[in-house]
Amino acid sequence: MVESDFDKIDVVLREFEGRKGALIPILQNTQAQLGFLSKEALEYISEKTKIPVSEIYGVATFYTQFRLHPIGKNIIRICHGTACHVANAPKISEALYEELKVEPGGTTKDLKFTVEEVACLGCCSLAPVIMVNDKAYGRLTPDKIKDILAQY
Amino acid sequence: MENSVRIKVGLASCGIAAGGLDVLEKVEAFLKEHDVKAQLEHTGCIGMCYAEVLMEIEDDEFGSTMYGYLNAVDIEDILTAHLIEKKPLTEHIVVSDKFGGKEKEILDYQTRIVLRNCGVINPESIDEYIERGGYEALQKVIKDMSPVDVIDEIKESGLRGRGGAGFPTGLKWQFAYNNYADKKYVICNADEGDPGAFMDRSVLEGDPHEVLEGMLIAAYAIGSDTGFIYCRAEYPLAVKRLRIAIEKAKEKGFIGKNILGSDFDFDLTVYEGAGAFVCGEETALMKSIEGKRGMPTLRPPYPAESGLWGKPTNINNVETYSNVAWIIRNGAKKYADFGTEKSKGTKVFALTGKIKNGGLVEVPMGMTLRDVIYKVGGGIIDNRKFKAVQLGGPSGGCIPESLLDTPVDYDSLTKTGAIMGSGGMVVMDDTTCMVDMARFFLNFTQDESCGKCTFCRIGTKRMLEILNRITQGKGEKGDIEKLEDLSKKIIKGSLCGLGQTAPNPVLTTIKYFRDEYEAHINDKTCPAGACKDLVKYEILEDKCIGCGACKRACLVDAISGEKKEVHTINQDICIKCGACMTACKFDAVIKS
Ligand SMILES: Cc1cc2nc3c(=O)[nH]c(=O)nc-3n(C[C@H](O)[C@H](O)[C@H](O)COP(=O)(O)O)c2cc1C
Ligand code: SF4
Ligand code: SF4
Ligand code: SF4
Ligand code: FES
Ligand code: FES
Repeated sequence: MVESDFDKIDVVLREFEGRKGALIPILQNTQAQLGFLSKEALEYISEKTKIPVSEIYGVATFYTQFRLHPIGKNIIRICHGTACHVANAPKISEALYEELKVEPGGTTKDLKFTVEEVACLGCCSLAPVIMVNDKAYGRLTPDKIKDILAQY
Repeated sequence: MENSVRIKVGLASCGIAAGGLDVLEKVEAFLKEHDVKAQLEHTGCIGMCYAEVLMEIEDDEFGSTMYGYLNAVDIEDILTAHLIEKKPLTEHIVVSDKFGGKEKEILDYQTRIVLRNCGVINPESIDEYIERGGYEALQKVIKDMSPVDVIDEIKESGLRGRGGAGFPTGLKWQFAYNNYADKKYVICNADEGDPGAFMDRSVLEGDPHEVLEGMLIAAYAIGSDTGFIYCRAEYPLAVKRLRIAIEKAKEKGFIGKNILGSDFDFDLTVYEGAGAFVCGEETALMKSIEGKRGMPTLRPPYPAESGLWGKPTNINNVETYSNVAWIIRNGAKKYADFGTEKSKGTKVFALTGKIKNGGLVEVPMGMTLRDVIYKVGGGIIDNRKFKAVQLGGPSGGCIPESLLDTPVDYDSLTKTGAIMGSGGMVVMDDTTCMVDMARFFLNFTQDESCGKCTFCRIGTKRMLEILNRITQGKGEKGDIEKLEDLSKKIIKGSLCGLGQTAPNPVLTTIKYFRDEYEAHINDKTCPAGACKDLVKYEILEDKCIGCGACKRACLVDAISGEKKEVHTINQDICIKCGACMTACKFDAVIKS
C-alpha cells in the first residue's frame, strides 16, 4: 500500500469513530476506496481500531462482498438467481468462462475482468442478466457475450 | 389553469437496466428542442417490468397514458405525436385512461395497498408522498392514539409478517411493548435474500417513505427511539433512495427529536448488508449490525425480549411495514375486508420465470395461483405447457399443475409443502427440469449455510452431491430414499430456518415429480431436456445447408465443416451451450 492509501483508510476510520459495531461499514468503505482488502489494510485497521486481526479476518471472510485479492479493471457479475437460472443462466456463465478463460470468481490474466456469480441483480424480468461494472445487460443469449466483452 | 403535462419515466433498477436513462435523456432533449413545457419525473417500479422501458404522460387531453416496450429511438416519434400533433401512437400504449391499452386488464385484477404509490410518485419527493396521504397516519397516531391503541389496531387488521413466516404483526409489537427497557430498537429487514425476488427492492426504490412511516408507527407503538434498515448489498439504488427519504423526513420533522411537537423521538440509520443470505434471518441480521459474523443464535430469547445489543427489538420485513400506514389511515376493518379468514390484506409477488407478464404484482390474499399466473401474469411464454410454480425460494417448494387452484394464503400454501415465502413466484414450463431446480436451490443453501450446525453444513453438501450425480446421469437406486432420509435429519438438526427449510425444494419435487427423478436415475434421461450431461446437440445431415452460422456462434470451436457442406459437432469439445441451435435458421441443429 502507498502512503495515500493509508490516508484514505484514515478518512474512513474518522467517519465511523465512536460508532458501535462499525467494523462492517469500515471494511465496506475501505474496499470501495481501495478496490480490495489487502493484508496490510486489514492490519492497519486492526491497529487503529484495536479490534483483533483475527476478528477482522473472521468478518472479512464471512461475507461474500469482501475481496481479499486484487480485482480486474472491470467486474462482471453474472446473475445466478432463480429467474435467471430458469432462463438458462448457466449457459451464459459457461460461455463467459470459456471466452475469458477464467474460473468462477477469477480474474483474467491481463487483469481486465473479474467474474463473480451473484444471486439476483433485481432485474429478473430481463433474465438472464449480467452486469458489467454498473451496466446491466438483459435478455442474454450465449452468442451475445463476445459483443458485450468487446466493448470493454 | 395552464395545460400541465407530466412525463414520468420508470427508473427502478430494471428500468435502468432496460435503458431507462437513455429514454430519459431523449425526452429531455425533445422537450428542450421543441420548447414544450412539461414536468419530467422519475418514478419507481409500476410492476410491468416485462414491458420496460415505461413512460407515462399525464395531460389534460388524454389523462394518463402509459407507453411501454420503449427504446430511445422511439421517443421522438411518440412525443411528437402525443404532445405536438395530439394524435398518440396507440401501438406503443400499454395502459391508458382514454385508449384502454392492451395491458389494462392486468392492473384491474390487482389490489394495490403496498404498491399504491410505486411507479406513481417520484420516490425522491416527500411532497408527492404527502400529497397522496403520506404521513397522515403518523400524525393520527401521535395525536389521537396511545401505543396500545396502535397495537390493537394492527392486531385487528390481521396483518401477518411478510418476511416469510407469517407471524401476526400486532402480537409481535405487543411483545416488544411489554418488555420494559431503557432502550428499544426497531429494525426493517430489507435483506431480501430469496434469489429471484425483488418485491422489497421495488418498494424501497419506488416508495421509501411508506416504509419509513410504518417503522415510525412501530417505534411509537413499542416505545423505541432508534431504528435500522438492513438493506441488501446488491441494492445500491434502494440505499440511495432510503437515505434521501430519511433526510427529507428529518427536514419535515417526521424523524428526529420531538416529532410533530410530541415527546416521541426517533432516529433511523440505513445499514448495508455485506452479502450473506443467512443474515436475512433475524438473529443473524442483528449480529451483523453489531459488526460481527452473521451467525444465527438459538431462540428463545426472541428479539422482542433480547435483540440488538441485548435490548428488546422489533424486526419486520419491508412489506410488513409498508402495510401499516394504510391500515392506520383506512382502519383495520377495511384492511381485513381483503383476504381470507386467516390471511388478511394483499400480497406482493415478483412474478418471474416462463411467464408472459413478468413483474411485480399485488393481489388480494385468497386469489388462486391459477388466477395469479394466467389472469395477472398472462400465462406461459410461447403458450408452452405449465409445469410448476416455485414459491418461497430456497425455503419453499414447487407446486404442480394439479394444485393450481390453491388459494394464495399462508395456511393453504403450507399444506402443499411449499410456503408463502416473501413473494418470489417463479413459473416453470416443460423445459425446466425439476431435479435440476432442486439441485439449484440446494447448491444455494449449501453455499450459504453459516456452518454452525453439522447437519446443515454437511447434510446439505451430501444432498447436493447426490443431486449432482443424478443430474449427471450417475444416479443410483436408493438415491431418492437417501435424499428423503437426509432431509429429515437436516430439518431436525438445524438451529435456524435456513437449515430447517433447506430440504423443502427437494422434498416437494420428489413429492410431485418423482417420475422425473426416476427417469434420471433409471433411464439416464432428462425429460425436460435441460440437464446438460444428459443431452446432446447434433446436426441433421438432411437439413443442414452448410451456411456456417452455427460454426460462427460456437465459442469453443466444436463445429467443423466446409461452406455448403454438412457441418458436424465434435462432442468431446462441445460444452452444450445451445448457441448453435439458436443460430441455425434451418432447424438443422437438434437437442436429444
Ligand atoms: C435463512 C433465512 C433468511 C431470511 N431472509 C429474510 C429476508 O431476506 N427478508 C425478511 O424479511 N425476512 C427474512 N427471514 C425471516 C426473518 O428471520 C424474520 O422472520 C422476518 O424478518 C420477520 O419479519 P416479519 O414478521 O415482518 O415477516 C429469513 C429467515 C431465514 C431463516
Ligand atoms: S441451520 Fe445452517 S445456517 Fe442456520 S445456524 Fe445452523 S448451520 Fe447456520
Ligand atoms: S447453421 Fe444450421 S444449416 Fe447452417 S451450417 Fe449450421 S447446422 Fe447447417
Ligand atoms: S452447443 Fe454450444 S458448444 Fe456445443 S457445438 Fe453448439 S455452440 Fe458449440
Ligand atoms: S434472478 Fe437474475 S436478476 Fe433476478
Ligand atoms: S422495475 Fe420497471 S416496471 Fe418493474
